[in-house]
Amino acid sequence: MTFQLSVNGRSHAVDVDPSTPLLWVLRDTIGLTGTKFGCGIAQCGACTVFLDGKPLRSCALPVSAVGSQSVITIEGLSGREAEAVQRAWVARDVPQCGYCQSGQVMSAVALLTEVKKPSDRDIDLAMTGNICRCATYVRIRAAIHDAAKSLEG
Amino acid sequence: MLMQPMKSHQTVSRRGVVQGLGGLILAVALPGTAHAQSGAAQVLKGDGGAVAAIAPNAFVRIASDDIVTVLVKHIEFGQGPWTGLATLVAEELDADWSQMRAEHAPANSDLYKNFAFGMQGTGGSTAIANSFEQMRTVGATARAMLLTAAASAWNVPVGELTVDRGTIRHASSKREGRFGQFAEAAAKLPVPAKVPLKDPSAFTLIGRDDGSVKKLDSAAKSNGTAQFTIDIREPDMLTVVVARPPRFGGKVASLDAKEALAQPGVVDVKQISSGVAVYAQGTYQAMQGRSRLKITWDDSAAEKRSSDQLIEEYRALARKPGLVARQHGNVEAALKLADKALEAEYVFPYLAHAPMEPLDGFLRWDGNTAVARFGSQLQTGDHHAIAKVLGLPPERVQVETMLAGGSFGRRAQATMHLAVELAEAAKAIGPNRPMKLVWTREDDIHGGYYRPLFVHRLRGGIRDGRITAWSNTLVGQSFLRGSPFEKMIKDGIDATSVEGSKEIPYQVADFRCDLHTTDVSIPTLWWRSVGHTHTGYAVECFIDELLEATGQDPVSGRLALMDKAPRAAGVLRAVADLAGWKGPGPTNGRARGVAVVESFNTYVAQIAEVSDGGREGPRVHKVWCAVDCGIAVNPDVIRAQMEGGIGYGLGHVLFAEVSLDEGRPVQSNFDGYRSLRIHEMPEVEVRIVQSGEKPTGVGEPGVPPIGPAVANAMARLGLQRPRRLPIVRAVS
Amino acid sequence: MAQPNATPASELRPAASFSSVANARDRAVALFQEAAKVLQHPRCVNCHPRGDRPMQTDQMRPHEPMVVRGADGHGAPGLTCTTCHGNANYETARVPGDLHWHLAPASMAWEGMSVGQICEQLKDPKRNGNRTLAAVIDHASNDSLVKWGWNPGGGRTPAPGTNAEFGELLRAWADAGAHCPAG
Repeated sequence: MTFQLSVNGRSHAVDVDPSTPLLWVLRDTIGLTGTKFGCGIAQCGACTVFLDGKPLRSCALPVSAVGSQSVITIEGLSGREAEAVQRAWVARDVPQCGYCQSGQVMSAVALLTEVKKPSDRDIDLAMTGNICRCATYVRIRAAIHDAAKSLEG
Repeated sequence: MLMQPMKSHQTVSRRGVVQGLGGLILAVALPGTAHAQSGAAQVLKGDGGAVAAIAPNAFVRIASDDIVTVLVKHIEFGQGPWTGLATLVAEELDADWSQMRAEHAPANSDLYKNFAFGMQGTGGSTAIANSFEQMRTVGATARAMLLTAAASAWNVPVGELTVDRGTIRHASSKREGRFGQFAEAAAKLPVPAKVPLKDPSAFTLIGRDDGSVKKLDSAAKSNGTAQFTIDIREPDMLTVVVARPPRFGGKVASLDAKEALAQPGVVDVKQISSGVAVYAQGTYQAMQGRSRLKITWDDSAAEKRSSDQLIEEYRALARKPGLVARQHGNVEAALKLADKALEAEYVFPYLAHAPMEPLDGFLRWDGNTAVARFGSQLQTGDHHAIAKVLGLPPERVQVETMLAGGSFGRRAQATMHLAVELAEAAKAIGPNRPMKLVWTREDDIHGGYYRPLFVHRLRGGIRDGRITAWSNTLVGQSFLRGSPFEKMIKDGIDATSVEGSKEIPYQVADFRCDLHTTDVSIPTLWWRSVGHTHTGYAVECFIDELLEATGQDPVSGRLALMDKAPRAAGVLRAVADLAGWKGPGPTNGRARGVAVVESFNTYVAQIAEVSDGGREGPRVHKVWCAVDCGIAVNPDVIRAQMEGGIGYGLGHVLFAEVSLDEGRPVQSNFDGYRSLRIHEMPEVEVRIVQSGEKPTGVGEPGVPPIGPAVANAMARLGLQRPRRLPIVRAVS
Repeated sequence: MAQPNATPASELRPAASFSSVANARDRAVALFQEAAKVLQHPRCVNCHPRGDRPMQTDQMRPHEPMVVRGADGHGAPGLTCTTCHGNANYETARVPGDLHWHLAPASMAWEGMSVGQICEQLKDPKRNGNRTLAAVIDHASNDSLVKWGWNPGGGRTPAPGTNAEFGELLRAWADAGAHCPAG
């Protein structure tokens, strides 16, 4: 079946089985590989993208359910929050193996878009769906606080 | 690829000038200093004495745009060798950190062997230790050649030149130059036989901790551009998933692939030695195809015991003397003479490594040559395994190491099973079908190669308030047995089973450590910090219990027994100072537990502050950590590895277990094989102990102390030290 | 008490079978107790938790990952229900879904409560979202998320009986005076 998807502001016609997870359409069909596969059951958050601006586990949504909603992946991330988060990530040398970090960055940007000055508890609640097997959590937390600070004023 | 045939008149120890993307490149290749006597010629010579390529056989390239690229022989999966090895080169080269880059070296066992293994590979926290002199020598040699070229160009004595942060200067003539200007000329010079290395007091980048030596891979890993194996896409590439037997040792009895083959996008189905391979145009299609295979499995030779059954068998064995790994004095006599004898049994489950990126690999094979690209951790073994399956001489197989999404030991396979599966999948469908093999998370958790299940039985004797006897019987599988590394088993003892138990930092007069190696057909493997994953817990819990029984403080009681373990004592003192240790508490519902473990010649002590979280298990609020890893090359990487090691160790000690139900792994994904999450991560404070010793590794040593530190705190909260891991299972 | 039960009920007695109970109060109590097999089933209690965190599985384990009620029952900023749960069950990912997947309000917590307490709570407009009894029954009969309990997907155990039988039990209970079991 052919679906017309809006991904990172561009329209893509994809011919795939309707049950295909959005994740594999992004990675295998469109070729946007920044979004990662980690579990396939919405447990790890490595596949996080934005759907109409809200964070979504792309492994847990069939392509048939996307419709006209806009998809933003790590490759299409932009805006003040995104820049602040990615700058903070590099400044803190957050990544170790780096594989989960696309998803971590997406969730962090989603949090800062809604909560300008997140508490540690806010960070826990927003980021607990993103597993980092290297356990870079200390730096993820610090980088989110840094990013929030850099967005003030 | 930067390649050019070597001209016959060139000596093999001198690298030529090659035209690369950014201009002219100086490529310097040197053997490690430990093997300097073998000479560059021998190292670089292939079988026929011909040298095939220049740049790939190098450790550093300096381009005309001044970019210095270090070719790193160790795989980067988060532990920091790209940054670490680049720091070593940059230090001796006097480069500016901003001009440094890193990439993986190709597979070449002669040139890129890990001196600890004798072949190319990463593991045992060896990267910095074995590269420390080699990569500094590379940097110093490149510097010497650049200076010679500059002196010649400016017609000044080379001794009058200085280098600072990538700039070559001649003070009296006020001339300045950059590395890139002299790369071409330098490349034509003979490689100096011996170059002096800096005295550590002159280091400016090694040990620098002002935030200016940033990791080289952070940006690409923060914006999605870092390329992992799973990201490889090539025209006409097939994706392969494999249906493997539900029990280890099972075989395909019958296969009906009709429905699978009828799935859209499924291209073929082939039986290979590990199971049934499904080839499809995409990952989802391959998974869908696999789910429609009808396979009956022959389990006649499969392992059918359950974890609980294995544990009972192990516990019975632990009551019998095993093969002695080490003993002094007479422990049985001392136990009889003791005023008080304590006994404890600890049970450790099978653990999956569960790296974020499941196992995967890419292979292109045209019948005559092959290129494999994946997160190879033992490149030499993988290289030869692929060549053997494809029936090719190794020189016609190229292995390119990719960034890997974690490993924790999983990608260093004694049996090379991933490389074999990849090559078998290619061979089964025939040449000219480039393919990417992908394991799902279920494949990963069900896939074996676990940290082996272990049971420890400890007995201790106390007499006149002193610990007089220590007996530790271990029961578990050896993953070296039956592997190509079997010869590392000495006198029946697999050192990786007893490391940490065989030699403890505490002086006890009568001591014995013995081992029962069991015969279970569950594939097992080294897992981040290897034997110390269980020995650290058993030893550090039991010493704490004995000290508690004698009314001694966990810190000062340990220190009183550590006269012959000065570096272990050093980190223990340091962590006690860092945490402001005033005893274990509890204070305001929080207790503190301590543990100190040496692994891979790195010493780590940790203090964990813990409260009782009820059904949810212990809540770990803060961990103080002191580490002595010799000269600290990249302090922030060391801190990161301690933080990560604590998180990895804590998550598994709290939550993780692969249990077997009649031989079948029960857990299948992160819902059952629970991982530490951010709200469970403690605050971490790290102190790096100043040391002039040679650097040692940090990838693994952060892991072992956290479990016993938490357990020892739990004991002070009135909870028992958990005897069976994971802890949350024990609590609930 | 709503506790994990090794073998939750799989069937419901039809409402009509209670007509033999002559006393209306006794009949109402018996009808509600039968309907409570649904209310106390893990498919239902898991999203009517006592605390802020829903539960999962027939063992009623805390939801992994740790998610919370949030301001409106739809989760916390950055990790809402819709981050993972779509409009319908998705078997590929084993993730259940509904058009308005969310947590019941804290005032409607059933975890750890007796059948009598749940009954009183259902009738109390201050706690039931200001619903009349008829509205409560309509909600229990027609709401898509309630109905999900009988179509949970992913190999999950469905709530006992059928949604229609459940609705009839509640209607018969209301007709008999909506009396609650004691305690």
